[in-house]
Amino acid sequence: MQNSAVNQKLMPLHPNDNNEPLVKIRGLRFYRGNRAIFDGIDIDIPKGSITAIMGPSGTGKTTLLKLIGGQLRPDGGTIHVNGQNVHQLNNKDLYKLRMSMGMLFQSGALLTDIDVFDNVAYPLREHTKLPESIIRKLVLMKLEAVGLRGARNLMPSELSGGMARRVALARAIVFDPEMVMYDEPFTGQDPISMGVLIKLIPRLNKASQLTSIVVSHDVEETSNIADVIYVISNGKVIAGGPSEQVANSDSPWVRQFMDGQADGPVPFHFPAEPLETDILGN
Amino acid sequence: MEQLAQLGRIGISTLERLGRGHVLLLHMLSGVTALLVRPKLLIAQIHSVGVLSMLIITVSGLFVGMVLALQGYYILSQFGAEETLGVMVAASLVRELGPVVTGLLFAGRAGSALTAEIGLMKATEQLSGLEMMAIDPIKRILTPRFMAGLISMPLLAALFSAIGVIGGHFVGVGLLGVDDGAYWSQMQAKIDLHEDIFNGVIKSIVFGFVCTWIALFQGHDCVPTSEGVSRATTRTVVHSALAVLCLDFVLTALMFGE
Ligand SMILES: Nc1ncnc2c1ncn2[C@@H]1O[C@H](COP(=O)(O)OP(=O)(O)OP(=O)(O)O)[C@@H](O)[C@H]1O
Ligand SMILES: [Mg+2]
Repeated sequence: MQNSAVNQKLMPLHPNDNNEPLVKIRGLRFYRGNRAIFDGIDIDIPKGSITAIMGPSGTGKTTLLKLIGGQLRPDGGTIHVNGQNVHQLNNKDLYKLRMSMGMLFQSGALLTDIDVFDNVAYPLREHTKLPESIIRKLVLMKLEAVGLRGARNLMPSELSGGMARRVALARAIVFDPEMVMYDEPFTGQDPISMGVLIKLIPRLNKASQLTSIVVSHDVEETSNIADVIYVISNGKVIAGGPSEQVANSDSPWVRQFMDGQADGPVPFHFPAEPLETDILGN
Repeated sequence: MEQLAQLGRIGISTLERLGRGHVLLLHMLSGVTALLVRPKLLIAQIHSVGVLSMLIITVSGLFVGMVLALQGYYILSQFGAEETLGVMVAASLVRELGPVVTGLLFAGRAGSALTAEIGLMKATEQLSGLEMMAIDPIKRILTPRFMAGLISMPLLAALFSAIGVIGGHFVGVGLLGVDDGAYWSQMQAKIDLHEDIFNGVIKSIVFGFVCTWIALFQGHDCVPTSEGVSRATTRTVVHSALAVLCLDFVLTALMFGE
């Protein structure tokens, strides 16, 4: 009895507790100038799941990933990753936390002065002392998974947009992180590589107990692989929960987004004055 | 009132920039120990910052030396003091022109390249990408470039002066007929290791420090767009040139004044 009380004091919340979400966002607020990008949102990203974040362009999905990665500071609210408050960590602990995260940037963000192979090998070479022969095997395996083993000697400037993104994906997973954030992995992919990626993401998840956050506009494909879906619009979470529930929700907000209708409660336009006054003047 | 507020805004933003510049400097310096373990990174940067600047420095040094000899001969010959041409050429180069002209060329050749490189890396999210890979971009990318600039600049200035002396010899002795022995021996006798050479080296170290710092700060602090990068590159060259010329006056006054 006493023993367990002591234990509880030492470990109030075991970070790897299965019920505890890996990423826990509470009351998050974030402003760009006077515009609220997030106005008090709560999101739970369960461990070992694939969570899709959807929403109209410009709602702040990329911003959300950067907040989770600690690259931006929120104006209010908290983000816990693995039980740690990301924005209260000191630099050293933040970098330690990032070692367990992989991120696929929307733009790829490959280093332009080294070739594809070196780009993918980069995190391994920076963080480990693995011999070159092992690095080679690891890198080629990841490149094989994204179908670009043959492109290893190309420079980033010689890649197409879709290829660059797949290289970036290989780089994001080369370190076998616990969590990967994919910012629009399917954009610019032909149906074949899209199909490969759609199989690859769940496979990685199963094989290595990964937690994935997928930001995507491809409603159908993403809801097929996602366990949990959040739809963000206008600074609020307009729907969140298990994917079937969200996909079949009859809320007009969600329906409009899922079915891709221009008219509905979700604004298609960036906030502006009415078209008539803008064009005709007052 | 409006103007006053404007003035205040400019003042505050300048102070903010200065503050950010110093924070960046400390951050870069904190990465020096890690760099010692990986000298390869430093060598690669010395190559691109220093070695690739050698050609322009050599050619400029040669011409500056030749012009010095021409002008110096014209004046010195009026007093019958042609033999001291070597001293005049060497002293001007080692004390002033070597560090200053090298500093200006260095800002134009290496500084602008550094700013553009870092600025573009920022604009294309490469620096953010490194951060997310748990790699500190300032220590990994900026520190080696900073140290490379610091090391290269004095060496380039020395090269400039040495080539300039040879250029002066070519014109003075080769074309204008100054006595070969006098050119060298007067130089050897009159150029002082401490007064001239040591002070010149200090100048070039200071200029290298300031120019590289400005270049890296402008790149790291730029607005991450193509226009932002181009503006930052211009600022690097302008600020570096002004800094070199102003600091040269201050250093000269401190070293040789009295
Ligand atoms: N550096 C910045 N400065 C000012 N505003 C910004 C900046 N970056 C983004 N924004 C604003 O923040 C909002 C959210 O941007 P974000 O990139 O997160 O959108 P997104 O949801 O990822 O869109 P998309 O689906 O098109 O990628 C945008 O409306 C944009 O206007
Ligand atoms: Mg985005």
